[in-house]
Amino acid sequence: MDLNIFGNILDILTALFLTAGCFLGISGGIGLYRLPDFFTRQHASGITDSACSFAILFALMLQSGFTMVTIKLFFILIFLIITSTTATHALAKTALFKGQKPLLGREDNH
Amino acid sequence: MSWVGHYNYWVAIFLMMSGFYVVISRGNLIKKLIGLNVFSTSVFLLYISMGKIFGGTAPIINEHSQKFQLFSNPIPHVLILTAIVVGVATTAVGLALTVRINERYGTIEEDEIRAKDDSL
Amino acid sequence: MESVVDIVLLSFLCITVVAIVYIRKLFCAIMLLGIFSLLSASLFVTMDAVDVAFTEAAVGTGISSILLLSALALTHTREQRPPHQPYIALLVVVVTGAVLIYGTMDLPRFGDPNSPIHRHVAVRYIADSPHEVGPPNIVTSVLASYRGYDTLGETVVIFTAGIALVGLLGFRRRQEFKVRLYQPMDKKTSYAENSTEDGDEFEDNIKLPGANHMVLRIVGKMFIPLILLFALYVQFHGDYGPGGGFQAGVIFASGIILYALIFDVETAMRVITPKGLRLLAVAGVFIYGGVGLVCMFLGGNFLDYNVLSAHPLHGQHLGIFLIELGVGINVFAIMVIMFYTFANRKRGSV
Repeated sequence: MDLNIFGNILDILTALFLTAGCFLGISGGIGLYRLPDFFTRQHASGITDSACSFAILFALMLQSGFTMVTIKLFFILIFLIITSTTATHALAKTALFKGQKPLLGREDNH
Repeated sequence: MSWVGHYNYWVAIFLMMSGFYVVISRGNLIKKLIGLNVFSTSVFLLYISMGKIFGGTAPIINEHSQKFQLFSNPIPHVLILTAIVVGVATTAVGLALTVRINERYGTIEEDEIRAKDDSL
Repeated sequence: MESVVDIVLLSFLCITVVAIVYIRKLFCAIMLLGIFSLLSASLFVTMDAVDVAFTEAAVGTGISSILLLSALALTHTREQRPPHQPYIALLVVVVTGAVLIYGTMDLPRFGDPNSPIHRHVAVRYIADSPHEVGPPNIVTSVLASYRGYDTLGETVVIFTAGIALVGLLGFRRRQEFKVRLYQPMDKKTSYAENSTEDGDEFEDNIKLPGANHMVLRIVGKMFIPLILLFALYVQFHGDYGPGGGFQAGVIFASGIILYALIFDVETAMRVITPKGLRLLAVAGVFIYGGVGLVCMFLGGNFLDYNVLSAHPLHGQHLGIFLIELGVGINVFAIMVIMFYTFANRKRGSV
C-alpha cells in the first residue's frame, strides 16, 4: 500500500514536470517566433534548451526508476545543460561582435 | 487505425517530389544538392516505413525484448544505414565539384555557367 | 498513439520541406535541411529503426550540414535566380508523384505484419541469427555477417568518394594563414586583449577562430574527449545495442571536426595529419578485405567468419568485431578528410 502511494506521488510529479516542460517548450517556440530581435529570441530558445529539456528529462528519470536508463538520462541532462548554455553564449557573443545590437538598449527605439 | 493505411508512403512521395522539384527547377548548384538530400532522405523514409510492424519492437534480442514476439524487419534498416553514409559521401563529391566550378566560372548559377560556356 | 506521433512528425517534415523549397537564402536552407534530418531521425525511432535513426542524426544533422556550410563559405550564400521554367517542372513533378501514389495502392498497409517483405528472409534472420551469428542486435549481424559483401562494397564507395574529394580539392595549404598561426600566442596578453569588447580590436583577432570564445574553448576541451569516448563505446557496443562502425566513425570524426572548428583547422591538422588520415582510410578497407581473405586462406568462403576460431560463434564474433573496426576507421578517416579538404580551400577563383 505504501509503495502504491509512493508510485502515485511519482506519477503526479512526472505529470507536473512533463506539463511544465511542454509549457516551457511551447512558450519558447512562441517567443522564438514573436520576439523582435536576435537577443530576445536567444532568450526564448535558451529557455527551451535548458529549462524545458531539464523538466522533461527529469520527468523521464522519475519514471525509469533505479536502472541503467536513469543514469544515461542523467548524463544526457548534464550534457544538454552545459552544451546548450555554451551554444547560446557563443551565438550571442558572435552576434554582438558582428555588429548586431540589442534592439531594446537602442537610443532611437523610443 | 486503418485509415493511416498508406499515409506514410504518400508523405514520403510528397517529400520526394518536393526534393525532385528543387533539383529540376532551381539553377543554383548548392540548392540542387540540398534538394537531392531531401529526395534521398525521403527514400530512406519509404524504406523504413515498409519495415515497420505495428506492435513490434527494434530488432535487438536481449532480456528486455523477450516479452515482444514481433520484431521490425531488419533488412531495410541495414540497407538504409549504409545508404545514409554513402549519401553523405556522394554529397561531398557533389559539393567539391560545385566548389571547383565556382573557382573556374566565378558562379554556381546554372544559366550563367551555360552562358560562359557558349561565349567561349 | 504510435500513429499520432507518426502523423505529427510527418506533418512537421512536410512544413520543413515546403520552407526549403521556398527559401532563397542558402544558409537557411541548409539549417532547415538539418532540421529535416533530425525530424526524420525521430520518425525512424518511432518506426523501430534505432540504428538508422542514430546514423541519420549523426550524419544528416552533423557532418552533412558542416560539409554544406563549408562549401557555402567557398561560394555564394544566396540563390541569385528565380526558379527557371517552374511550371514545366511542377507538371513533371505532379505527374510523377501521381503515378507513384497510384503505385502505392498495391502496397500492403503500413505496419501490416503479413506483408510479403516480412515473410521472406527476414524471418530466417530473426529466428536463426542468435545461434548462427550471435550478436543480440540483428541489424549488426545482418550488416556484418549475412550481408558482409554489401557492406564491403559500401565501405569501398566511401573510400572512393574520399579519393575523389582529395583529387578535386586537394590538401592545399593557405600560406599566409599558416605563417600567422604558427606564431606562438602569449596566452595572458592575447586573451586579455581579446576580452576587451572593442570592435576594432576584435577585427585584428577575427582571423583566429575561437580566440574570442573562452567559454567555448573550455567547454570544448571538456567535451571533446567525452565525445571520442562515446564514439568508442558506440563502436564496441554495437553488437549489443544500436551502434556500430558507421555511427562510431561519424561521431569520432565529428569530435575532431569540433576541435578544428573551435581551435583551428591548422592546429587540428597538426594533431591528426592528412597523411595519417590517408593511411587510416586505406587501413580500414584493408582490414575489412583482409578479414575476408584470411577466411579464404583458412578454408572458408570469402567473409565466412566461422573458420576464424575453433567455435563458429567465436569466429563470427571475432570477424564482426574486426570488420566493424575496419568500417569505423575508414568512415572516420574519410569524414575528416572531407572536412579538411573543404576547410583548407581558399575562397575565390584560381
